[in-house]
Amino acid sequence: MVRRELDNEGPDRLYTVTRGRSRADEDLDIVTLIVAKAEPAPGMQSEHARILRLCQAPAAVVEISAGLGMPVGVVKILLSDLLRAGKITARHPSSARASSHLPDAAILKKVLVGLNNL
Amino acid sequence: MPLAQTASDGLKIVIVGGFGVGKTTMVRAVSEIRPLSTEETMTQAGLGIDETGKVAGKTTTTVAFDFGRISLNEQMVLYLFGAPGQERFWFLWDRLFSGTLGAVVLVDTRRLSDSWYAIDRLEHHKTPFIVARNNFPGSATHSLDAVRSALSLPDRVPLIDCDARDRGSAKQVLISLVGHLYSLSTAREAVPS
Repeated sequence: MVRRELDNEGPDRLYTVTRGRSRADEDLDIVTLIVAKAEPAPGMQSEHARILRLCQAPAAVVEISAGLGMPVGVVKILLSDLLRAGKITARHPSSARASSHLPDAAILKKVLVGLNNL
Repeated sequence: MPLAQTASDGLKIVIVGGFGVGKTTMVRAVSEIRPLSTEETMTQAGLGIDETGKVAGKTTTTVAFDFGRISLNEQMVLYLFGAPGQERFWFLWDRLFSGTLGAVVLVDTRRLSDSWYAIDRLEHHKTPFIVARNNFPGSATHSLDAVRSALSLPDRVPLIDCDARDRGSAKQVLISLVGHLYSLSTAREAVPS
């Protein structure tokens, strides 16, 4: 396991970033794709502004987490702020809607085609 | 490298294995981006009383994981996660990796026992998986049958050889997994309800 800059982020600092919240109210998967609908604006919380810059093109929740150097749970809270404010949109994964353990054969077929084309 | 503006469906495959087995190497071999790393912190309620005699409170564990990405077509993006297979990390599985297509258990024949727990958990969770043996240079060559037997792996679970450093080989591992998932899925759809 590689120790990185995240280790410098003390719990107090992360508590401040989320203003004390420990849970996101939006249901976001780690591969939900986030797309900015707005530009960063003056006066915005700096983490919110950084997120908007990171998702000008679609970016998964985990990519934003890696880009910000903050744990996934904290990033989900920040993203739910931006969703509520209408600054971003979330494209949810089709697999999250599947009720069973196995995805549809039609989806798997497309994955196979994509992998074969690599 | 940014994703296409049309990207809309994120998919997950998890590569599970013990420390140093080559998970990140495999992710790097097929990923279109340099593997990224992030962390998740998990708070678990303490169980019982700790050794100092105090009632245990909540404990926070931090787990780092690596991931890479493959754009499959204009809409679908496959994310590959390297997940530590050790017992203490398995609470991650439910929280982070629910909705995963399936898993690859990467094994090193010199340390097969590192994989027992992961295989057991995947079976328990009914997460479909295949096992790939990473052939390290100089590692003892056992037949795949011997590996299957040592892992007590049922015949229905595919077991293949790979070289995690090689893009073509890593790609074949993913194709084997998704091919396996596809046959499970079509078999299920063929069962009259």
